[in-house]
Amino acid sequence: MNIIVCIKQILDPEIPARDFRVDSAKREAERGGANLVTNIFCENALETAIQFRDAHGGKITALAVGPDGAEDVLRKALALKADDAVLVVNEADSNPDPLFVAQALAASIRKIGPFDVVLVGREAGDWGAGQTGGLLAEELGVPCISFAESLEPGAAGTLQVKRQTDTGWELLEATAPLVATITNHEKNVPRIPKTRDVMQSYRKPLTKWTLAELSLDPAKAHAYSEVAELFIPRKETQCEFMAGDTLEEKIDAFARRVTEVMRAM
Amino acid sequence: MADVVCCLFARGGFDRAAQGILGAGRRLADSLGGKLHAVAIGPADDAVAQGAAAVADNVLVVDHALLAEYHPEIYLDALASACKPLAAKAVLLSNDAYGQELAARLAHRLGGSAAGDAVDISAAGDQLRVTRGVYGGKATAVIALNRSPGVVWVRARALEPAAATGKPAGKIQKLSLDLKDSARVKVVSRHVEAKEGARLEEARLIVSGGRGLGGPEPFKELQALASAMGAQMAASRAACDAGWVPPSWQVGQTGKKVAPELYMAIAISGASQHIMGIADSKVICAINRDPDAPIFKHCRFGLVEDYQKVVGPLREKLGHSK
Repeated sequence: MNIIVCIKQILDPEIPARDFRVDSAKREAERGGANLVTNIFCENALETAIQFRDAHGGKITALAVGPDGAEDVLRKALALKADDAVLVVNEADSNPDPLFVAQALAASIRKIGPFDVVLVGREAGDWGAGQTGGLLAEELGVPCISFAESLEPGAAGTLQVKRQTDTGWELLEATAPLVATITNHEKNVPRIPKTRDVMQSYRKPLTKWTLAELSLDPAKAHAYSEVAELFIPRKETQCEFMAGDTLEEKIDAFARRVTEVMRAM
Repeated sequence: MADVVCCLFARGGFDRAAQGILGAGRRLADSLGGKLHAVAIGPADDAVAQGAAAVADNVLVVDHALLAEYHPEIYLDALASACKPLAAKAVLLSNDAYGQELAARLAHRLGGSAAGDAVDISAAGDQLRVTRGVYGGKATAVIALNRSPGVVWVRARALEPAAATGKPAGKIQKLSLDLKDSARVKVVSRHVEAKEGARLEEARLIVSGGRGLGGPEPFKELQALASAMGAQMAASRAACDAGWVPPSWQVGQTGKKVAPELYMAIAISGASQHIMGIADSKVICAINRDPDAPIFKHCRFGLVEDYQKVVGPLREKLGHSK
């Protein structure tokens, strides 16, 4: 079983709103003192892959598209015992459109060789477009199962994928190769690498390819879409805090407000 | 190329999402000077076809034995086949899980560009522009779509239904497609998590619990409060990830986007990612013992108190007032 896990490096999504700034001219977030981290759903995807491989065998290749510094998220994947890592170095553009990313991933996957399943996060905590999995599946000409929470071997070489829906879940059986987008679930909470494995990850081989080596033209990084404006929305809600001398009075006041809203419905 | 297509899942009925998406479609088609088409896919439902015809100029009912239940590959084939000949400028889907998973792939097949979770769609010259929250709701971006059609999944329940105009009802036509079963993906089973009342996305009252509850037990107390109010239950991602409640309860950037009259957040700090799921609520209120919890910045009213002291008495008061 050859598993490819796509991993994106993003600005730490835990930056509190009060410290978050955007550069409206460049149409991107200001990094400030914030860290760059692995997108959480990519970590869920890697965790899903590790659990599958450790139980049923196989090989995991971690794949990222990004600036040279995105090597960090792949080193972390190697520390978590991904078998191989490939970085497509794109210094030209910090926010290529979803189709360009999918094309870069597809070109690298074809170069890596035969695969059974590609796992991607359902969306990223920065731009949150949520399109990589679907577009990648179309580029590769394979099916896509979205919002998957776990992967198990099925009958006759198939894969059983459990995926979340709006009202519950579905169990699907798929014949490889396929793409699955991974969502968070209590069973795929990412593990923390051991310090020793983090140290060793820097000694492991890591392949880097340029866009040119994949016959990708950086001039097409926005042929699909681009960010026309970026700003921080203004909020004007003023919270009325319930006052009262006793707890009972405060609860009464709160209950009255709730009742008012319910009566106005 | 100024027409707009609204894709409706007939199985959902003529719900608030269908009304919102048709409203957005109608306004966009009018601003582009084009026609509005509705594609109702799945087991034929008169309410959906009639409701759509009241707003759209044309309604295509796409039914087929293979469309009896949702299947990602077959529904995608069907939507692509139905949309392609319409050569529209925009194709709209709702922001439920199925709409989200199909949009990007549909755009790819139609040679267009997708964008999602739209709160607004506008035309700027030849380009469609989509307004959406980014960076976990901390910023807003306007995305310009450089290919056509723009395939956009919209925050359907937050969008205004179409105004009644007294226009003649649109033509309803059946479209028969030659569909093939998917050899690659089979749906083995479907599980609907038992939950009282309406779907969370359609709920008018929601009581929601978060990390501050500390475990699954307190959710029972919240459930009692919700029942007394006639409200639906929801939860933050932290509570779902901890396994305290099922993932289908999750509200937020990657959970459900809800739009109730009242959203009551209990022991939820209010990270921006959670706010993204509740921003369309008419009134948000919260109970939290931390007066600096970010949730209060989004509240109409709030109570700074330990939820344990509040939920029981509140249930009694709200139960009696009904």
